Amino acid sequence: MCTVCGCSGHSVEDQFRAHLEKSGQAAPKAAPLAVLAQAAPAPPAPAQGHHSHDHAHHHDHGDIHIGLGAAGTEVPGMSQERLIEIETDILSKNNDFAGKNRVRLAQKGIFATNLVSSPGSGKTTLLCRTIEMLGDAPLAVIEGDQQTTNDADRIRATGAKAIQVNTGKGCHLDGRMVETALDRLALPEGSLLFIENVGNLVCPAAFDLGEDAKVAILSVTEGEDKPLKYPDMFAAAGLAILNKTDLAPYCDVDLDLYEANIKRVNPEIEVLRVSARTGEGMQAWLDWLKRGLDRKAAS
Amino acid sequence: MHEMSIAEGIRGVIEDAAKANSFSRVTTLRLEIGRFAGVEKHALEFAFDVVMRGSPAEGAELQIIDIPGKALCYDCAESVEIEHRLDPCPNCGGGKLLAQGGEEMRIKDMEVL
Repeated sequence: MCTVCGCSGHSVEDQFRAHLEKSGQAAPKAAPLAVLAQAAPAPPAPAQGHHSHDHAHHHDHGDIHIGLGAAGTEVPGMSQERLIEIETDILSKNNDFAGKNRVRLAQKGIFATNLVSSPGSGKTTLLCRTIEMLGDAPLAVIEGDQQTTNDADRIRATGAKAIQVNTGKGCHLDGRMVETALDRLALPEGSLLFIENVGNLVCPAAFDLGEDAKVAILSVTEGEDKPLKYPDMFAAAGLAILNKTDLAPYCDVDLDLYEANIKRVNPEIEVLRVSARTGEGMQAWLDWLKRGLDRKAAS
Repeated sequence: MHEMSIAEGIRGVIEDAAKANSFSRVTTLRLEIGRFAGVEKHALEFAFDVVMRGSPAEGAELQIIDIPGKALCYDCAESVEIEHRLDPCPNCGGGKLLAQGGEEMRIKDMEVL
């Protein structure tokens, strides 16, 4: 039987399977070729899934991996139905866009960060301060929000290039949106690219944009247990910035507990304590960016 | 509600597969979803019904296969299965675990006509 569509085939395994079925024995559904060869000492097994087709219908094997055919996937009692093995990542389309973005950024040695956090953690303020401190370093910002160009306007006020992506009802940026934004940004070699995601500590974790690292930003007013309540984002991030540390004395918070909880979710994550307002810890963040850029240039 | 985007991803894969394999209807779709994939099953089932309208998978049965969460324990260096991301190590009780599996979000296979 044809391993793709269930039509009559002519290979040795097909005949063997038909024979078993006729004689009332259960046909091995996923019998490896070696087993079949043992049972029927016969000619070398042809390549799986290939046989001559002298009947009129076409098999178009596109770019999707279709398992190894029905040898392992026949469904008894469903004569009309076929089982198609897909084994494809659900977000494969997004991952394709992200992969293309990654190649494109790598060609120019651009170090890209995907800044993720709840709304109000201080992403934009952190970025404005970062841009001021970086001076003339080439950089650009992609701003994701549901509505308004407020954030891009704030970035542009610093003199930096910024593109606002409004997602409408969307809760995250995706690879295609970033591709579109990249088309409109002429970034020189060795630039820093900051992608400020939609403020949302859940959904953006699942969508690769082609960045080098996700940077999770958490402000000290949010509660020490936030990493435990929303672990996915901290698990996906390579760096966590504990922001607004200047407010810590007014919030009765334990910065060590914040850090311990972040590391409990992701033992490999780096954590920096920063106040974008006072500038405390900003140099460590700039050093982290510089190391990323150097790694990019070296690869 | 990124389950809607996930359902749109599924629709894209199905439409490509329909072209590549010449089928017109999907009767059953099986997904493998890891424990740590951040997917809410009920939300995905709802989104699936809505997003598949007008596609070959309209009205298809959705079966979700759970993939257990796996993690490496930093204390005992064992690879263990855990239910939730923050569970302690079932082997030694340690609390530092690095997730190593369970983030899968895959279309396994589908029955088509």
